[in-house]
Amino acid sequence: MQPERGTSDVATIVLLLITGLGLGALYFLIASGLSLIWGLMRVLNFAHGALFTIAAYIAWTVTQPMQNGNVLWTWIVGLVVATIAGGLAALLLEVFLIRPLYARPIGQILVTVGVALAAVALIEGAYGSDPKQVLLPPWMSASSHILGADIANTRLLLIGIALAVLAALLLFLRRTRYGLIVRAGVENRAMVTALGIDVERAFTLVFTIGGMAAGLAGFLSGTYFGYIDPARGTSMLIFAFIVVVIGGLGSVTGSAVAAAVVAIVQQFLNYYAAPGIGDFSVVILLAAALLLRPRGGEAS
Amino acid sequence: MNARVRWTAAIAGIALLVAVPWIGIPLPPLFSEPLGAPGSLNLLALCFVFGALALSYDIIFGVTGLLSFGHALYFATGVYVTAIALTHWHFTLLPALGLTIVISLIVPLAIGAVCLRVRDIQFAMVTLAFAQAGSILVMQNPFGLTSGEEGLALGVNALPAFLVGVANTRNLYWIALAFLAVTCLVGWWSVNSAPGRVWAAIRENERRVAVIGLNPYLYKLGAFVLSSFLASMAGIVYLLIEGSASPDVTTANFTLVLLVMVVLGGVGTLWGAVLGGIVYEYLDFRLVVLANASGMQSLPAFLRVPLSEPLFILGVLFILLVLFVPGGLAAAVRRLNTALLSSSWR
Repeated sequence: MQPERGTSDVATIVLLLITGLGLGALYFLIASGLSLIWGLMRVLNFAHGALFTIAAYIAWTVTQPMQNGNVLWTWIVGLVVATIAGGLAALLLEVFLIRPLYARPIGQILVTVGVALAAVALIEGAYGSDPKQVLLPPWMSASSHILGADIANTRLLLIGIALAVLAALLLFLRRTRYGLIVRAGVENRAMVTALGIDVERAFTLVFTIGGMAAGLAGFLSGTYFGYIDPARGTSMLIFAFIVVVIGGLGSVTGSAVAAAVVAIVQQFLNYYAAPGIGDFSVVILLAAALLLRPRGGEAS
Repeated sequence: MNARVRWTAAIAGIALLVAVPWIGIPLPPLFSEPLGAPGSLNLLALCFVFGALALSYDIIFGVTGLLSFGHALYFATGVYVTAIALTHWHFTLLPALGLTIVISLIVPLAIGAVCLRVRDIQFAMVTLAFAQAGSILVMQNPFGLTSGEEGLALGVNALPAFLVGVANTRNLYWIALAFLAVTCLVGWWSVNSAPGRVWAAIRENERRVAVIGLNPYLYKLGAFVLSSFLASMAGIVYLLIEGSASPDVTTANFTLVLLVMVVLGGVGTLWGAVLGGIVYEYLDFRLVVLANASGMQSLPAFLRVPLSEPLFILGVLFILLVLFVPGGLAAAVRRLNTALLSSSWR
């Protein structure tokens, strides 16, 4: 959403900041899972965008017959369904396709590429490639007045949800036994395995959690943009890759900070330079980040 | 004796391929038109281009072991530079090709020099980033050069007469065939040359190559530039066949499809990659026709929808190959050969 030119400067900056953070929330939800999966399992999950899309379409289909009821309820049901669908799809993917290939890292990447292509093609076949409108509760279609800027409420909602997910992930990682295993596995997988801990169960768990976050992101992309379409997941995935690399592979907090930075830089440049320049600069930012600290992308 | 049989078979095969435009045999399940008809020739020419493109990707990915996610960029460079020179700058064909050749060497040299400073997954990410930057650039339509999403169609007068029109499809077919043959020769020759052996050594153990006293960086750059240059040349031939440049060839998905082609055929074996490219493009084209066949429409939706999406079928096929036939078609053929040989010996 581009702000109107001619409003006051402060209002424009506030608007760009919060819109950017709303987009950053989506990036974070995708990137946090990708980052944990990479950190622990060394799998570059190209199917993460497909999980996003699958979950969004399943939620859309399930809530379609409820369109005449309470819109807020429908929205909540959609959110829950998408999260579960994303997690379930990721679980199946891990158990049936990733697990047989633990000994072949390139094979794992290739399988996720296959899933990404096949799943998106299937959804395009079933639903068509045109966007599907999403019905929003009245509060979400409205906007709030903050420092002279009209901010769409969905932006605020997405930021809130992303912060809640960040808190939940950090609690899981720092306060639970499995979180400890995951953190230890990211640090030194060989050692964790040598200590006799079942890392493979942690793989499945992390994959499922990543899928739930991706599914949630898929649903919330409908809330943010007002519609869902089959191609969105792939384009979001590329920006999520950028976030993961800039934030540090394997670091959830790093992903959160990088997601905010990337999305805000993108919004500001798209507005002040020219549409498209923001996207372009972010991509170049990634190249620069990788080249300036070649090993810096790894979690430390 | 065996070698002579092989050469005779190869020469006969090439002669047959050259003669295809004069062969009017209908092959109903394989082609919807007779073999020599423009529709079939067009499909075959596209298959040849993708065979060559898959080979070029295999040089960097299969032979040298570098997982690049940016190969689409170099193909698109060939497509778009030629298209822009022909339409906007009103070059004639030969100067346009000359310009494209120069740019097709400079772009991968510059990008490769930067990207190869990192390795493994970081390399994959940087190449993806540059390719994505290229894709965004094309979509943004800078100075009205690329026409963004619409794509750039070559006008009727942009190309010499012998390349335009349905009647001249056979010329394009021969160009594509010749291009594939040259690419195969260049690929085979470079992989078996001294640098080619170093590429394979880098794939197996880069540190050891460095310890021996060779500079892996320069060899990798050589492989990167050669592979990207061949991809750009494939882009030129593709543009001549299609007559227009579409932004689809710039996307990350396009690179992923190339990866599928190479893995389908067999990573690291050049002829396997060529086969993979040809088979993929053929299936991609023919499965669409199949989807619109009358029998298909009467199937229930849960069968009809997946079966009418070529990319779904190819994606599933690809997953099964990765899981169960690690070496792709090339390995399957080799295994079949060994099985036949051992059974005939008994």
